[in-house]
Amino acid sequence: MPVSALVAKIARQVLTVIFIVALLTFIVGPLLWLAIRAFSTSWTYPRLLPDGWTLQWFGRVFDDPQLFSSIRLSIEFAITTLIVSSVICLPAAYAFSRFDFPGRRVFLIGLFATNAFPKTGLYVALAALFYAFNLMSTFGGVVVVHLLGTIVFMTWIPAAAFASVPRSFEEAARDAGGGRLRVFFTITLPLAMPGILVALIMSFLASFDEAQGTYLVGAPEFYTMPTEMYSLVLNYPRQVAAVFSILLSIPSVVLLMLVRKHVMGGQLAEGFQIR
Amino acid sequence: MGEEQQSGLVLRGIGKDLGGRTIVDDLDLVVAKGELVCLLGPSGCGKTTTLRMIAGFLNPDVGTISIDGKIVTTVPPEKRPTAMVFQNYALWPHMSVFENVAYPLKLRRTPKNEITARVHEMLELVNLMHHEKSRPARISGGEQQRVALARALVQRPAVLLLDEPLSNLDAKLRVRVREDIREIQQRLGITTVIVTHDQDEALSISDRVAVMNSGRIEQYSDPTELYRSPATRFVGGFVGAMNTLDGELRNATNDGGTDNTVAVVGGVTVPVDTPVDRPVAPGTAAGGRPVSLGVRPENVLLGPVEDGASAKIIRSIPRGHFTEVVIELATATGEPVELRSYLDDRSPIARLGPGDAVGVRLHSVLCYDQDGRLR
Repeated sequence: MPVSALVAKIARQVLTVIFIVALLTFIVGPLLWLAIRAFSTSWTYPRLLPDGWTLQWFGRVFDDPQLFSSIRLSIEFAITTLIVSSVICLPAAYAFSRFDFPGRRVFLIGLFATNAFPKTGLYVALAALFYAFNLMSTFGGVVVVHLLGTIVFMTWIPAAAFASVPRSFEEAARDAGGGRLRVFFTITLPLAMPGILVALIMSFLASFDEAQGTYLVGAPEFYTMPTEMYSLVLNYPRQVAAVFSILLSIPSVVLLMLVRKHVMGGQLAEGFQIR
Repeated sequence: MGEEQQSGLVLRGIGKDLGGRTIVDDLDLVVAKGELVCLLGPSGCGKTTTLRMIAGFLNPDVGTISIDGKIVTTVPPEKRPTAMVFQNYALWPHMSVFENVAYPLKLRRTPKNEITARVHEMLELVNLMHHEKSRPARISGGEQQRVALARALVQRPAVLLLDEPLSNLDAKLRVRVREDIREIQQRLGITTVIVTHDQDEALSISDRVAVMNSGRIEQYSDPTELYRSPATRFVGGFVGAMNTLDGELRNATNDGGTDNTVAVVGGVTVPVDTPVDRPVAPGTAAGGRPVSLGVRPENVLLGPVEDGASAKIIRSIPRGHFTEVVIELATATGEPVELRSYLDDRSPIARLGPGDAVGVRLHSVLCYDQDGRLR
């Protein structure tokens, strides 16, 4: 092997190692710091490890009625959002995938475009409307805000999932004697389920994570976990914020693990390829 | 109406436009009970559209469809006594083979033990009991096709429809599967319509073949008749190989004083061995109307130079059990006329090479008028 090729090979390997280390430092590093922090009594510079280990911060979070209720509220909002979003978006997704109606593309792109504007601007306009309709500081108002963030996922990904079910599967079921609804629930829906699951998870996380709009519309009546974070950082010991961050990320990790197969299987990527 | 009642399937004056184009045009088709009919034609001829109208996935713009004497023209597919085997089989991947076949029965609220019995009966019929629990993706293409057939048959349909059933199978399997389909169809005595573009398939398993072109049926007859006397030039060219020649048939008196038929092509006279299937009016082409002649390659007989019209060999193509020889007829006008001939390998002519001279005689010549219709 010529020397130059050998040098190139070594250089490539060194670069790869540097890249991986950088990746770990900037992605895993902060998470690790957060995790250690949540279990430490105190952690002061320049010490490499915390001064001591404790579970007291977890107790502090669960004992605090306001923090605990925010956890419950977050879950309630997420589940309500999923149900309402499914009812509204899944039929729309089926229509997008199966029927060619006037304005189909405009609607499809329009859904995406709502995400193109800065959210804050959108919420200011939304607040004006909500005052008019008495939706400010109501459960329904917050659900509407959460819906806005999930509509794209719940329409585009299931639409692609429905589109990937060959029409002949449905026709074969009609031919076998099934009415339209029966065919949808026994053939189309089960076959599109992986894609729909991905959409549900993305939506759950989007709702679970929503802070800006929830704060604007929900405060002071409704504090979810992300909105609680604002006051948490200022008013509690830092370790409590770390504990809260970890709690906030548990659903993401659990859900992603559960559907890893589908997400990895390219369902997600396919979800955005509907034409 | 008598024919209507005895017939399994009757299409009357069916027409269908799709996307501003006429796909099926004033089509009539009568399939007797228990008969197997192939819709044969090139792609885009309307055969699949016709099948989809029979199944109920499309409604005809005009005309009526009746099955066993009942009009079903606008009845939705789930309420029709038809069952279809799709080109890609359309087996549901989230169900096992058993569940696929059981699905139509479940929809009909059949009791559970009867479902099991009937599904097993069907799986035994198509020889797939050992794959009962497999998912469709785990079995071969030929097996998937049999599952699709079982799923259709378990419905005990009045009419069985198959859309290009063999197109996704390899050549060897195709021959066996088509014989299996024919055997099962005959055993159950089920009225069957098969769409295909493969003439071999159509000729070998059908009771009757409907050859379609541009949304119309050009000829509807049994395979032998279809091959021997194609009703139009299109059918002749589509079903089997056919030499098409500009020329005419004449009666000539030979040296012995007996009447004889000859073909006149490009100013030369080619002897015709047998009288044509249909009587030829001598000199019918003399009125100045263009006529064309059709001859199957096996009916182009080659012999020694002195026997028949003179021609020379252009090339020989070995085709396994026979040799295809392309010859050029020496015409009076100087315009070359090519003919294809199938020769037995044992024939001495088969050993001749390009440039060698041969004599040509014809056999069973078909005569078409300017509209391409058989006379």
